[in-house]
Amino acid sequence: MSRIAARFAALKAEGRAGLVTFTTAGDPDAATSQAILDGLPAAGADLIELGMPFSDPMADGPAIQAASLRALAAGAGLASTLEMVSRFRAKDDATPIILMGYYNPIYAHGVEAFCREAAAAGVDGLIVVDLPPEEAEELAGPARRIGIDFIFLTAPTTDEARLPTVLEHAAGFVYYVSITGVTGTASASREAIAAAVARLRRHTSLPLAVGFGLKTAKQIAEVGDLADAAVVGSAIVQRLASGLDAAGKAPPGLAGEVLGFVKELSAGVRKS
Amino acid sequence: METLNTLRAGPDENGHFGIFGGRYVAETLMPLILSVERAYTQAKADPAFAAELASYLKHYVGRPSPLYFARRLTEAFGGAKIYLKREDLNHTGAHKVNNCMGQVLLARRMGKSRIIAETGAGQHGVATATVCALFGLKCVIYMGATDIERQAPNVYRMKLLGAEVKPVTAGAGTLKDAMNDALRDWVANVEDTYYMIGTVAGPHPYPAMVRDFQTVIGDEARGQIMEAEGRLPDSLVACIGGGSNAMGLFHPFLDDRSVRIIGVEAAGHGLSTGQHAASLKGGRPGVLHGNRTYLLQTADGQINEAHSISAGLDYPGIGPEHAWLHEIGRVEYVSATDDQAVEAFQLTTRLEGIIPALESSHAIAYAKTVAEDLGKHHVMVISLSGRGDKDVATVAKALGDNALGGLS
Repeated sequence: MSRIAARFAALKAEGRAGLVTFTTAGDPDAATSQAILDGLPAAGADLIELGMPFSDPMADGPAIQAASLRALAAGAGLASTLEMVSRFRAKDDATPIILMGYYNPIYAHGVEAFCREAAAAGVDGLIVVDLPPEEAEELAGPARRIGIDFIFLTAPTTDEARLPTVLEHAAGFVYYVSITGVTGTASASREAIAAAVARLRRHTSLPLAVGFGLKTAKQIAEVGDLADAAVVGSAIVQRLASGLDAAGKAPPGLAGEVLGFVKELSAGVRKS
Repeated sequence: METLNTLRAGPDENGHFGIFGGRYVAETLMPLILSVERAYTQAKADPAFAAELASYLKHYVGRPSPLYFARRLTEAFGGAKIYLKREDLNHTGAHKVNNCMGQVLLARRMGKSRIIAETGAGQHGVATATVCALFGLKCVIYMGATDIERQAPNVYRMKLLGAEVKPVTAGAGTLKDAMNDALRDWVANVEDTYYMIGTVAGPHPYPAMVRDFQTVIGDEARGQIMEAEGRLPDSLVACIGGGSNAMGLFHPFLDDRSVRIIGVEAAGHGLSTGQHAASLKGGRPGVLHGNRTYLLQTADGQINEAHSISAGLDYPGIGPEHAWLHEIGRVEYVSATDDQAVEAFQLTTRLEGIIPALESSHAIAYAKTVAEDLGKHHVMVISLSGRGDKDVATVAKALGDNALGGLS
C-alpha cells in the first residue's frame, strides 16, 4: 500500500479527517524550509504538500507567488526540492509527501528522470497545476509506472459531464479546489463545500481533500466534517512571510513559529 | 496534419501543432477554454458571424488596408521591391483590432459582459478597450508597470476609452507578468468574463482563433500583390513577439512553396548578451501560459525576462504554430537588434513619411540587410503591423537629447 493510501486508511480508522499543509521548498532559505518540513508531522500535518518553486505561478495568489520568488532568490530549484524530500525521508518513512507545482521545471528536467529521482527521494504524489487531464498523460503515465500518484484537481467549474474525464486516471486522492480563484483569496461556504463533496462522492471512491481559502482551525474542522482532508497553504506561507525580518531573512525561531501555527490549525481535525 | 498535403490544417482537435500548443491550464479554467472553443466552432460555421465581422472590418476598422509600394525605401535598400502591408492604417493604428473585433463579436454571442486582456505595448489594450467602448462592455486591461511607464500615451487612450488599466508589478512588470495576472482574474471571474488574448499564443483555441482573425492580412495581401505584380511575392517578412501579425500575413501563403517566409524576432541588445526576446533563436521548448512552445528559460526551467526596446515584442515565448513552422523549416526565423530597429524606424519615417511602430521596424531592419543581395526582380511584402506614434518618446530617448534638437 502506498504511503498516501496507508495514511488515509489510518485516518479513517482514527475516525477523523487529515490536515494537509503546503509550504514552498526553499522558502525563505534552505535550512529554515528543511526545519519546517521536518517538524510538520509532529506539528500535526498528516500529509505534506511541498511546493516546487516556479517563476510564473499563474494559479496562485500573491502569498504563494512571493514564496516561490523568495525560494528562487535563495537558490532553490527542482534538485534542491528533491534533496529536501530525501533528508525528510531519512527521518520519517510514513508521512506522505506530495510535490505541487507547474509543469515547466519538470519538463525542463526531463519527465522520466524527474519521476525516477522523485521516487528515489521518497515522493508519493504529484500535483501539477497546469496539467489538466487533456495534457497530463505525458507525466502521469511515467509517474504511475514508477509508483507515484498523479493527483488531479477538480473545481466548481468541473461539471457533471466533465468529472468522469478528470477522475478517469485519478490516483491517491482527489483535490477539490473549493473556489473559482487563485490560492489564498476567498473561502467557500460550508454549504457549497458540502454539495461539492456529495457530488464528488458519487463519482469516486478515492479520498477527498478540500483546499483554497482555508485559514483557521474552525474552517478546517468544518471541512473535516465533510471531506477526508483539509488543505492549508497560503495561511501558513503568510505566517512565515510575516515573521521575516526587515531584510527578508528568517530570524532565529521562525521555523518554530510556523510549526506552532500548524499545531493550532491541526486542532481542527483532532478531537480534544 | 501533413497527411492533408497542406500546412494550413492545424491544429489537431486537441490544439496541437506537432508537439506544440495544447491546453496547459488549471482545471478551473478548462471548462471555460472548452466553452470558448465550442462557441468559436459554432461561430465559424455561421455565415451570419462572418458577415457581421466583415461588415465591422470594412466600415469600422477601415479594411482592406492598402498594400503600398515603398519606392524610396526600395531605392535606398538597392534591391528587392519593397511593399508595405499597411496595418498601421487600421482604426487604432495596428493589426490588433482585426483580432479584437472577431473576439468581441464572439464574446457577445457567448453572453459575456466583462472583457479582460493583457497588453505589452498597449496596442492590444487600446484595440480591446476600443471594441469594448463600441459595444458597451466593461473592460479591464492588465499591463506591466514597466510598460505603463514606457507606453504612457496608450495607457491614457485606454482610460479615455473607459477601460480600467491594472498595473502589474510582479516580475519585471512586462507582458508575461500581465498575462499571469489576466489568467488569475479569469479564474476568479469565470461567470461573466471573457479573456481576449491578443496574440497567437495561450491555450487552444486561442492560437488558432487569433490566427484565423488575422489571416485577413494575408488574404488581402495575396489579392493585392497579384493585382500589382501579376504574381505571388518572392518573400514575406514580419516581426514576431507572440507572432499574430506574422501569422496573419504568412498563413495564406504557407502552401505556396515558392514564397520565402521570414519571421523577425527581437534581438534586443544582441543574442549573445542574453538581453533579447528571441524565443526561437535563444530559447527552447517549454510550457507556459497554456501552451507548449519555445521559451526563454533557465536550465532549471524558470522563465527568463525578455528584453526588447519594443514593448510589443518583449515576451519570452512565441505562438505555438510558429514553433512548429520553425521545427519543420517552412518559415525562416531571424532577428534584428534594438539599434537596427531604431535605424529602420528613422529611415522609414524620413523616406516614406510613415512612422512605423518599433515592432514593425524590426521587419524593415531585416529587409534592409538582405534587399540588395536579393536583387531588383525580387518582390518582398513586409507587414507594417502598426504605427509608431506611441514610440516617439522611446526613440527620442534611445537617440539621446541631441537628436531631439531641443524638442524634449
